[in-house]
Amino acid sequence: MQKLIRIEPAKCVGCKTCELACSFKNVGEFAPSRTRIYNEVFLEDAKFITVTCMQCDEPWCEKACPKTAITKDMASGVVTVDDVKCVGCRTCVSACPFGMIKYVDSTGKADKCNLCGGDTPECVAFCPTHCLTLGEEDKPLRQKVLRFVETMKNGQMEV
Amino acid sequence: MSKGYKGKVLRVDLSSGTCKTEALNAEWAKSYLGGRGLASKYLTEEISPDVDPMSPKNKLIMATGPLTGTYGAANGRYMVVTKSPLTGTIASSNSGGYFPSELRYAGFDMIIFEGKAARPVYLQIHNDRAELVGAIHLWGKSTNETEDAIRNEFHGDAKVACIGPAGENGVFYANIMNDKHRAAGRSGVGMVMGSKNLKAVAVRGTGGVRVADPKAYRDAALESYGLLKENPVTGEGLGALGTAVLVNVINQSGALPTRNAQTGTFEGAEKISGETLAATYLKRNKSCMGCIIGCGRVTKLSDAKYSGDGEGPEYESLWALGAACGVSDLAAITKANYICNEYGMDTITAGSTVGCAMELYQRGLISEKEAGMPLEFGNGEALVKLMELTGKGEGFGKKIALGSYRLAESYGMPELSMTSKKLEFPAYDPRGIQGMGLEYATSNRGACHVRGYLISPEILGIPEKLDPHVTEGKATWLKIFQDFTAVVDSAGVCLFTTFGIGVPQFVKFCNAANGTSLSDEDLLAAGDRIYNLERMFNLKAGIDPSQDTLPKRILEEPLPDGPVKGDVCRLSQMLPEYYKERGWSAKGVPTEAKLQSLGLA
Repeated sequence: MQKLIRIEPAKCVGCKTCELACSFKNVGEFAPSRTRIYNEVFLEDAKFITVTCMQCDEPWCEKACPKTAITKDMASGVVTVDDVKCVGCRTCVSACPFGMIKYVDSTGKADKCNLCGGDTPECVAFCPTHCLTLGEEDKPLRQKVLRFVETMKNGQMEV
Repeated sequence: MSKGYKGKVLRVDLSSGTCKTEALNAEWAKSYLGGRGLASKYLTEEISPDVDPMSPKNKLIMATGPLTGTYGAANGRYMVVTKSPLTGTIASSNSGGYFPSELRYAGFDMIIFEGKAARPVYLQIHNDRAELVGAIHLWGKSTNETEDAIRNEFHGDAKVACIGPAGENGVFYANIMNDKHRAAGRSGVGMVMGSKNLKAVAVRGTGGVRVADPKAYRDAALESYGLLKENPVTGEGLGALGTAVLVNVINQSGALPTRNAQTGTFEGAEKISGETLAATYLKRNKSCMGCIIGCGRVTKLSDAKYSGDGEGPEYESLWALGAACGVSDLAAITKANYICNEYGMDTITAGSTVGCAMELYQRGLISEKEAGMPLEFGNGEALVKLMELTGKGEGFGKKIALGSYRLAESYGMPELSMTSKKLEFPAYDPRGIQGMGLEYATSNRGACHVRGYLISPEILGIPEKLDPHVTEGKATWLKIFQDFTAVVDSAGVCLFTTFGIGVPQFVKFCNAANGTSLSDEDLLAAGDRIYNLERMFNLKAGIDPSQDTLPKRILEEPLPDGPVKGDVCRLSQMLPEYYKERGWSAKGVPTEAKLQSLGLA
């Protein structure tokens, strides 16, 4: 079953531990500029928003790549950049409408979230409020359905 | 240079307008860690203890620690170290937010400011590029406006630390605000920054922080993370109610200094409590960089009289702007708190000074005509107005800007200032919590609660419960707390983590980051060394041990109310024992042998 990082902004406190954990694991240093997950703080609105690659089923980055360096594994759901094939042309960077794939100067390659390649993603492991969880894709939807069902049950509403 | 450090110091000569990078002194880093300790070493080596704090010869150091910018606890702090204009002691004020970590991502452990700019300037740092640029257009602007303007003109992702109008206008307790709502609050560090015509520091860093042993560091982080989550204070209390949870707790202990410490309980406590704040203006809680506690209060004020938004008030601010002034109007307190942040003033000294003025008014020493308004205790409107006048440097605000000691002294009543070494004590009456009295009297920056927070054992029972009403044994506890706190402040970690993690966890973090093999004892010895270094500076600066004392009210006037009614702070029972614990002479001077054992002689 494909899994995704599920983000619940209501639980986020803006500590950016996700950015720190991601860069420490994947590039060996605490460097928010190298993270693959992004946390933004909107203090005036009292909102903290985290975004990362949603591992599209038909990824713009994959379609744009002239070297077929980007592939989606339908079993795990992960969209991966093959560093050997990537030539650093940045076409994928232009193609992704969400800005979730970037070119890294020091490696000359495209870089994106790969859900930590099969381990529990490090951002999920360190998120202190469980704003981030790793779950099967339909789980959040199922929870919404159940919440709605609960409302119906409590109210005995007629549809 | 070991790996936890960036190994670089940025030295900014404001007089000549130059920025130079130099290597961090690796020897000193070993002995003093970073942050408060290492910056104190630099300061004491580079300035004369008798320097006038407002002269260009004083220096201002912004210092991160070797753990700043990493994860695992609350590792995003920095220290501002200088000689304080308020107290004449060494000053070190701590703050979190995002600015401290960004400084490390730009590649620096520390910035040293020296001299004085001819006209207002601010420092722009973009990785290894640093330059001073004009700030005449920012002079007079609030901390919020300054940060917005700098982000607009310099870099959208820049992190900013700046002074507000209070720092420009010579308010003795002006602070340095960063990320709009976090404060290096105490001792008037913002007044020094203003005296140098330095409005702000803006930094954008795209590098990273490495550690010597990544696996050991990750393990240490996971362990601390678990301990902090399990602990009721760090795992639940601070996130839900913030520091404000203490209003009711301390009031019930009879140690909430009320109306300039005339009583120890406040009838309006419930109205200004963390619980009431949570039910009214609190929007949600917030963390600083890399912090898993999340004690910050994001608030929005919408009241018939006042409006605004920001962070806080924290416990100490609720007390200072509330109970200390007899004010139970939470909207007025929250507004006054926002004003302090926007003008860049320490809420503790600000509120305590207004409380002192209110007692002078009560005694007929300040008239309504002189103040320009009635100043009776409980007058929330006067509080809000005075905070604004103080920040602007107008009217009676010019007197409030002096701090309570200079204010009370000018009316011939210095004993009405609730200070030690001219620094206002915060929200714990030492008559009800004896150990805190010893802490206020011996803290190296004056009456401060966060150099040896004995509230933790005396009230909260962490790591074990002590009776707050006895004096016995407090000296021993305080020395350990003060030494350990010096380590925490030097590592770049928030003091609040110490409710949940202790020396062994800090040893693991420091060793993994720096590739050292320090023992628990080594780390505490570093804390002892830092404490004695600060003490020696103060002694040379003319702050003699007779100033290790408390206001007459606290020592001689028994508490008139509450569960601790009738008690005074029995400082004289604790101080000799404390000097002995520290290895100082009976007169409070570090002995030659003590200094030698710490490598300070």
